[in-house]
Amino acid sequence: MASIVSRTRSFVPPKSFRTITESAPMRWTLTTIALGFLSLFLLMPLIAVFYEAFKKGVHLYLATFSDPYAIDAIRLTLTVTAISVPLNLLFGLAAAWAITKFTFRGKSLLVTVLDLPFAVSPVIAGLIFVLIFSTTHGWLAEPLKAWDLRIIFALPGIALATIFITLPFIARELIPVMQAQGRDEELAALTLGAGGWRTFFHVTLPNVKWGLFYGVILCNARAMGEFGAVAVVSGNIKGKTTTMPLYIETLYMEYQTVSAFSLATILSLLALATLLLKNFIEWRSAKSARH
Amino acid sequence: MSIQATHISKTFGDYRALQNVSLTVPDGRLVSLLGPSGSGKTTLLRILAGLEYPDPDALGRVLFHGEDVTDLAPGKRGVGFVFQHYALFRHMTVEKNISFGLRSLPRSKRPSHDEIRKRVNNLLELVQLDGLNARYPSELSGGQRQRVALARALAVEPRVLLLDEPFGALDAKVRKDLRRWLRTFQEEIKITTIFVTHDQEEALELADEVVVMNNARIEQVGSPQEVYDNPKSPFVIEFLGNVNRFRAGDSNHPPPEAGVLYVRPHDVEIQPSGTTPHQHAIAAKVLHIFSAGNFARVALERIGTHEHFEAEVPRERLRELALEQGHTVAATFRHIRLFEKNGFSEDTNLLAP
Repeated sequence: MASIVSRTRSFVPPKSFRTITESAPMRWTLTTIALGFLSLFLLMPLIAVFYEAFKKGVHLYLATFSDPYAIDAIRLTLTVTAISVPLNLLFGLAAAWAITKFTFRGKSLLVTVLDLPFAVSPVIAGLIFVLIFSTTHGWLAEPLKAWDLRIIFALPGIALATIFITLPFIARELIPVMQAQGRDEELAALTLGAGGWRTFFHVTLPNVKWGLFYGVILCNARAMGEFGAVAVVSGNIKGKTTTMPLYIETLYMEYQTVSAFSLATILSLLALATLLLKNFIEWRSAKSARH
Repeated sequence: MSIQATHISKTFGDYRALQNVSLTVPDGRLVSLLGPSGSGKTTLLRILAGLEYPDPDALGRVLFHGEDVTDLAPGKRGVGFVFQHYALFRHMTVEKNISFGLRSLPRSKRPSHDEIRKRVNNLLELVQLDGLNARYPSELSGGQRQRVALARALAVEPRVLLLDEPFGALDAKVRKDLRRWLRTFQEEIKITTIFVTHDQEEALELADEVVVMNNARIEQVGSPQEVYDNPKSPFVIEFLGNVNRFRAGDSNHPPPEAGVLYVRPHDVEIQPSGTTPHQHAIAAKVLHIFSAGNFARVALERIGTHEHFEAEVPRERLRELALEQGHTVAATFRHIRLFEKNGFSEDTNLLAP
């Protein structure tokens, strides 16, 4: 679900539906195609998830959540998210700040590398971490064994993979906002005697808060829903290294359809909540832009 | 407080923004940095404010009242800076904007809440925006935003006020009003003020002293009258107001290294061509008459050389002459300046008929 990475936030809905460029049949055709695809690929699956989850009654639906493995999976997903989102927040702010406010050697490289997680298949991303951190054949196998550290098939590996996959989300949202804002307000704060932190918290941050918030919820949704990279590094040990998406797959493979879909409703609700929040943020930031 | 900048150079990559510029501004003056875009005027202002540093390898220093502030952070220099687009904090009210500097002071120096509120109200009164405390910048007009930016800069009681294109983003009417207002305002509070502009009219009307800049250098410094009446270079005469250019000497046989003659449009007098002309009058054809305003502008073409020039003629005089497009007239010049290699000279006999 978390692949809804909207890059075009500046879409302004037209004031009226009367247009002079396209004829009515053309408009109808295009609209029908768009809505048809939307229902087929987004709405139908969403309905299917809830239908399958509740097919055999609310009782069975709720039973899923008393399964200790399901609870462990939810807990692990929340832990991983709690680790990766704040770290990405920090990285995203630092990267967006550096890219928009300074000129430095390697800046364009940073901008390019920032998109790498979008370009690389999540499976490859997972494999890279295995290659580095595996205790049997990884590059760092010896020191890891010596220190008795487990990264692959454990929480650190899952967190690393999730951080990697969600790396661009916050920075990508912040860069255009910060670019549009320029440096003048910060320089003004500087001439008025404000220090760096005061300027950051009272001038910079309030100006980018909606972009930041938007990046965080997207990052959060992706962190919770990531499957491919996590599947490679987790080892899928039930009750230990199984995250929610992994457990959903396991349940489905074991023909426990109701449980699988019941757990899937949580991720679907997360998706819906993310979309709602996203709309709320767009509405708010449009309002504050008018301000 | 006096400001002194010595041997300031600034390069951005390969681009030379300032080249060994020195400037002294006496205490309490209102000085304008005037020049076209790319002349280095804004860079100089930002260096004075501490928002840019002069090239480290050069000898550039900035002194405020004799004290070296070159390495001081902008917040510690005691400058009030007004940005071209105001740079108001958009998520803060007018009151919060103005009090920002006071609220940023270390706790020991920070005034009490009531004191801050009083200062804000005084400043709002000073800039004639009383009662707008709770507004957001987006709810203000351009002229009001400009004055809020000014009040915000003044709140920290700066020793120097620096304004970057202060009227650039305003429409013509507001610009004129605000210009006059700033003039009286500065006379009242007597703070050393430097503003950047590319508008010569603004610089001449507002400033005690005009610093004309071009190509990363200062071309001339002087009172508005001085720079207008005694320009030291072709750039200055051409940048300050309209001017006509003529080649010196006989157009068919120009003397070697002939200079350029400059005549202001208001120094051009038009006579009907039939009358006994002045001995140096030149014959010209009327190309066009622009007759809006007190003075009509008459576009002329010198017969023989096809040089185009312009005359400013009072409306009554225009009626007397009954000029029309295509007429041939005799033009005489009240004041001519010749620019040669070694500078300007004044001679009315230079324009061979």
